[in-house]
Amino acid sequence: MTRIKDHPILGKDTREEIVTITFDGKEITALKGEMIASALIANGVHSFRYTEKHNKPRGIYCGIGRCTDCVMIVDGIPNVRTCVTEVKDGMKVETQYGRGEWKNE
Amino acid sequence: MGEASGKMNNYDVVIVGAGPAGLAASIEAAGAGARVLLIDENNKPGGQLFKQIHKFFGSREHKAGTRGINIGTELLDDTEKLNIEVMLNTEVCGLTPDKKIWIIENKEISREITAGKIIIATGAYENSVQFDGWELPGVMGAGAAQTMINLNRVLPGHKVLMLGSGNVGVIVSYQLMQAGAEVAAIVEAAPTLGGYGVHTAKVARAGVPFYTSHTIKRAHGKNRVERVEIVQLDSNWKEIEGTEKIFDADTICLAVGLTPMVELIWLAGCKFTFIGSMGGYVPVHDRYMRTTVDGIYVAGDVAGIEEASTAMEEGRLAGISVAYDLNLIDDAQAEKRIEEIWTKLDSLRCGQFGEKRKTAKDRILEEGEGMILCHA
Ligand SMILES: Cc1cc2nc3c(=O)[nH]c(=O)nc-3n(C[C@H](O)[C@H](O)[C@H](O)COP(=O)(O)OP(=O)(O)OC[C@H]3O[C@@H](n4cnc5c(N)ncnc54)[C@H](O)[C@@H]3O)c2cc1C
Ligand code: FES
Repeated sequence: MTRIKDHPILGKDTREEIVTITFDGKEITALKGEMIASALIANGVHSFRYTEKHNKPRGIYCGIGRCTDCVMIVDGIPNVRTCVTEVKDGMKVETQYGRGEWKNE
Repeated sequence: MGEASGKMNNYDVVIVGAGPAGLAASIEAAGAGARVLLIDENNKPGGQLFKQIHKFFGSREHKAGTRGINIGTELLDDTEKLNIEVMLNTEVCGLTPDKKIWIIENKEISREITAGKIIIATGAYENSVQFDGWELPGVMGAGAAQTMINLNRVLPGHKVLMLGSGNVGVIVSYQLMQAGAEVAAIVEAAPTLGGYGVHTAKVARAGVPFYTSHTIKRAHGKNRVERVEIVQLDSNWKEIEGTEKIFDADTICLAVGLTPMVELIWLAGCKFTFIGSMGGYVPVHDRYMRTTVDGIYVAGDVAGIEEASTAMEEGRLAGISVAYDLNLIDDAQAEKRIEEIWTKLDSLRCGQFGEKRKTAKDRILEEGEGMILCHA
């Protein structure tokens, strides 16, 4: 389990409220208010996108919205920085290939 | 803390970045009676402070022995008491020398506000280095791992190899262990270790091996880091063949320095100078944190990479200067406070590591003195 439930300095994690999002069509649970990237990592997902030229997987690099390594397609919008975007119930998160594409429903 | 009404368009002071520097600046400026707006693109104020769960150094008045998270809480209490307007989830996308600021609220609403004075306290971003396999998921900044464990409370990996033995490298290594991860090794390209002795000793006591004069040669793995190969360097920083060692690790953290986030300052037309030890291009400023553009001030990492304690003091300097330049406090009051803060800054910038930062800061100030005209 990669969630840090108890911590010697920060104490117990008291967040409880759960939301459901989908990652490439599969339902996963996330904590309300957390970032998409942390929800994915907590669910064992580390490849967020594939690079345009070499088609190589990438995950987070900076975790604070600076590098755009973590971008994915979120609710049909490509290039969303998942490390600084909060999860919402029912959100659709998809792996991005290259520059991604707009997926309007 | 009041949410932005979204109606007001003109402020005495707009502060970009609600990290330790921006928060401290807002407290000084608002405390003197200025109408202040503090903007941050995050959904919470605090910048990098709330992930710094270690105890700070310096003298007691510098809050030595206090953890970064608690210092952050104190700053937030003060901004609340002063009723400072804080606009979160708001990105500053541009600004002009005549102090028009383009913001995007909640990733949706684009608008322009104007300010009498602007303090830019946007902080820094982490550097990276390249090696074979550097793009594999699992290679990340040490600060990113710190953000994941201490703010988001998820472990990005279970077995970590750290590159860089400076403060961020050793602090984050220790925090990774506190969070339940194993640190396989700390690798340092220089022949000597770079962090404060106290932090380094803590990690060493926990049994983490240090490899000085070593670097990462390659990361192995299919869809994620699985193994890391390190190699020894000679005195010319060349790899010595045959000295490779392989570690099992699912995460590689890079603690190889920070670069000031100066884009907005370039846009404002401020003069820069290049100082490698401060992170690269830094805005020229004077001892009042004024840049070369009238009414634009800087504070914190964006004015040269240091640490949270110096960022706060620089923020205070900027806040006081702004109040002075807005005629909210008089000469004597301003000079007294400024002197007090400089005494603190000087005591923070001493010792083995601080001395270097002091020399670098002095260089920036020297350039500033020649260029920035004193206000009449
Ligand atoms: C990830 C990370 C971890 C660190 N960990 C440590 C540590 O453990 N120990 C240590 O001594 N030092 C650490 N540092 C160094 C750290 O930068 C300083 O300690 C201190 O936080 C600097 O304060 P600051 O106020 O200048 O910047 P920050 O704390 O970075 O605050 C800057 C704020 O500005 C906001 N911002 C930036 N651009 C914009 C924009 N265009 N629009 C709106 N808002 C914007 C950011 O979101 C951020 O909240 C770390 C740095 C980073 C990047
Ligand atoms: S990891 Fe850098 S922007 Fe998200």
